[in-house]
Amino acid sequence: MDERLVPATRSPVGLGTLFLAFAKMSLAGFGGVLVWARRAIVEQHRWMTPDEFNETFALCHFLPGPNIVNLSVVFGARIRGIPGAIAAFAGLLGPPVLIVTLLAILYARYGDLESLRRTLGGVSSVAVGLLFAVIARMMLPLLKKREPLSLLVLLAVFVAVGLMRWPLPTVLLVSIPVSILLTVIIRRRAA
Amino acid sequence: MNQTGSSSLWTVAWTFGVMSLFAVGGANSAIPEIHRIAVDVNHWLTDKQFADIFAISQLSPGPNVLIVTLIGYQVAGILGALVATLAMCGPTAVVAYYVSRLLARSTHATWPGIVQAALVPLSIGLMSASGLIVMISADTSIAAYSVTAVAAVLAFATRLNPLWLLVAGGLLGFAGIL
Repeated sequence: MDERLVPATRSPVGLGTLFLAFAKMSLAGFGGVLVWARRAIVEQHRWMTPDEFNETFALCHFLPGPNIVNLSVVFGARIRGIPGAIAAFAGLLGPPVLIVTLLAILYARYGDLESLRRTLGGVSSVAVGLLFAVIARMMLPLLKKREPLSLLVLLAVFVAVGLMRWPLPTVLLVSIPVSILLTVIIRRRAA
Repeated sequence: MNQTGSSSLWTVAWTFGVMSLFAVGGANSAIPEIHRIAVDVNHWLTDKQFADIFAISQLSPGPNVLIVTLIGYQVAGILGALVATLAMCGPTAVVAYYVSRLLARSTHATWPGIVQAALVPLSIGLMSASGLIVMISADTSIAAYSVTAVAAVLAFATRLNPLWLLVAGGLLGFAGIL
């Protein structure tokens, strides 16, 4: 094992502990689990140093799929191999899936109630606002770097998927290679 | 709505399994595609139901990806909820496991950094598309658009817990103001 990947504490972590830790951070995570994951893994349990955590998260962010789910698997595997990956994955998804399924049953039964529809309507108006706030936060570093090419890629993807409603696989098949090529060019020019 | 049967279960599994591999930058980036497939292609949900389900998923604890659990339930009940969740999370979990093992062996590669930097503008573009699509289904009045704008500004400029904003939106909606 690479020494960078050795966790901050070396005492073996039980599978039950792993499951419970991920269940806790998942249930605490309204509107995002990442903050809680970092708090639990780095600060509370000291399973990883801040650098190890950032590195692992960066990897999980660049892989496709839900980042935090990827993180649970990669982290669980580093600590306890495949059983660890399964324990963390099950802890992260199991309890919230139960809750969400209950909500789905309630929605299927009472979704037509006028007052519930109005309430959910208000919630979704706010939820969209929260999404825009996250987007704005993510865009700040991009704007600071003043890379018109990156912003052009951003705009092109927005138009293709948001306005033209083209299928995602087609858009990505074109935009990923283009964006990688542009990134290489930008880095060469900067170097 | 509940068109139960193994054929719809397979459609759910296949649809979300493939989609998970294209969800670059997380679950919120996949929302335009989830909307396209669930509302426009398969007619599993109406536009309004999609907005409702987005609201429920944001109100629930756990990863945002659980919006697919709600859609799975609409299509094929409890089994559909489970199949949708596993299909959306399983394949990429396996990919993540193998890629992390591969990278653990070759440590000084530069391409992960390049790919990551290249994906940032893509995922922000996709998330902006998500915002647009959900906004069009969720906001049907000027008051609703104003609530979205105020929530965006407050969440951006303050460290207020988002849950309070969601609750406030729910109360405004319940009171019939939007």
